[in-house]
Amino acid sequence: MVQVPASEIERVFREEYGRAVAVLIRAFGDIDIAEEAVQDAFTVAARRWPDTGLPPSPAGWIITTAKNRAIDRLRLEASLQDRHAQAALLHERREPLDEGPVKDERLRLIFTCCHPALAQSVQVALTLRLLGGLTTTEIARAFVVPEATMAQRIVRAKNKIRDAGIPYRVPDLPDLAGRLRSALAVLYLIFNEGHTASSGDSLIRGDLCAEAIRLTRVLRELMPGEPEVQGLLALMLLTESRRTSRTTSDGEMILLADQDRSRWDQALITEGQAIVRECLRRNRAGPYQVQAAINAVHSDAPSAANTDWRQVVQLYDQLLAFSPTPVVALNRAVAVAEVEGAAAALALVDALELSEYHLYHAIRADLLSRLGRDAEAAQAYDAALAVATNSAERTFLERARRSLHA
Amino acid sequence: MKQYLLSVYHVEGEPTPAPEAIQEIFKAVDAVNQEIRDAGAWVFAGGLYPHTSATVVNAKNGEVLMTDGPFPEGKEHIGGFWVIQAKDLDEALAWASKATLACQGPVEVRPFEDEPEA
Repeated sequence: MVQVPASEIERVFREEYGRAVAVLIRAFGDIDIAEEAVQDAFTVAARRWPDTGLPPSPAGWIITTAKNRAIDRLRLEASLQDRHAQAALLHERREPLDEGPVKDERLRLIFTCCHPALAQSVQVALTLRLLGGLTTTEIARAFVVPEATMAQRIVRAKNKIRDAGIPYRVPDLPDLAGRLRSALAVLYLIFNEGHTASSGDSLIRGDLCAEAIRLTRVLRELMPGEPEVQGLLALMLLTESRRTSRTTSDGEMILLADQDRSRWDQALITEGQAIVRECLRRNRAGPYQVQAAINAVHSDAPSAANTDWRQVVQLYDQLLAFSPTPVVALNRAVAVAEVEGAAAALALVDALELSEYHLYHAIRADLLSRLGRDAEAAQAYDAALAVATNSAERTFLERARRSLHA
Repeated sequence: MKQYLLSVYHVEGEPTPAPEAIQEIFKAVDAVNQEIRDAGAWVFAGGLYPHTSATVVNAKNGEVLMTDGPFPEGKEHIGGFWVIQAKDLDEALAWASKATLACQGPVEVRPFEDEPEA
């Protein structure tokens, strides 16, 4: 008797859902039909596999089963004069699934989900739903949006894809760079939402990071020649390596300088650093690669004091050239403080217009307190608290403000 | 092939370009029109007189009312449009990109409802 635990079926679901949906969308030209068929197939699998064991190619089995069930159902509906079903069957006859190894259609689907004609919040939701296999309920909870709102957002997006004719294909070369940027932005946004929870359930948020990394790995597998895909993966891995050390057991934030570096995940660091080195060899830098490189410098350092801050400043100079934003300039100033001192950094920070951003005030406050200007530092912490929403960060800021009087 | 409406919008109160600039726009739009025809994507296109020339006709309870001026909702008015045919939205967006560069105004892309297959 073969034993396949539920966790194993769950793993196959996580890994193969996106691929199966992508293939089925290609076959039937319709997202709803594809999703329903793949979910059907997994339901059958969950019933059958515990007895039969995993088939040699679980993905192939799911896709074949999903396709057969979809065809059966569509034939029935078509015979009842359902025009939609008839159209889907015609589509399937025009674009039959290849026999043999399953072709990977996920790349097309990634570009459909991240199409610039869809709002970014919609791109994120569709990517998690169609490629990640997350339910609408899970996505709504992760982004702290009412479930009805999220459901409506997804339905509207699917309708727009169908009605406006958003294609399922990898964009042509003139569009490719821009479209890839938009796909990478979606993946990074999913990761960041998991990483810097603006609010919400911490367990689901950890899953978001894992899902973003998994999808970025898929994209890297599908577009191995794109250095920015590599850069984004490295950036995620190196950031993720510090996950458990960046908060206390009570969920309070710990600054990079104060983290227990022995708790950083060495396997993730090794993988991330290897990718960064490969990017350096390719020498086709981009903003994600540079951010990954900055993280790699931190991962290399035994302590905050023994960090190669000059190199960090240089990398921020490079990043500013790609993305000349005040937030990048603010982060650069933090590194400048370590090289040239707090006064030089404060001058840079004061020149920025970022008063809506809590970290702007928090960083100013820290620099002011290092310069012994406690009264001004207290005002800056108050300004930070006035705009900060994340509870871990608020706790941290309140404590820092109290310690000024000590 | 799908059909798309590419409408050019004017925002009320925004300054009208100088006559020389308008000539430039006409030339650029003519060039795009030719390109659309050459590609076989042309269905129909036209520029409209200003919105002050519009009349709204509206039936309420079987009675037809006429109102001087444009349909009053909003501050944006359609200034002209293309109807094109394209394989998918990407192709339509590529034409719309050329259109907005030529006419120097925002262009909205909307798909026509599919005709029932014969």
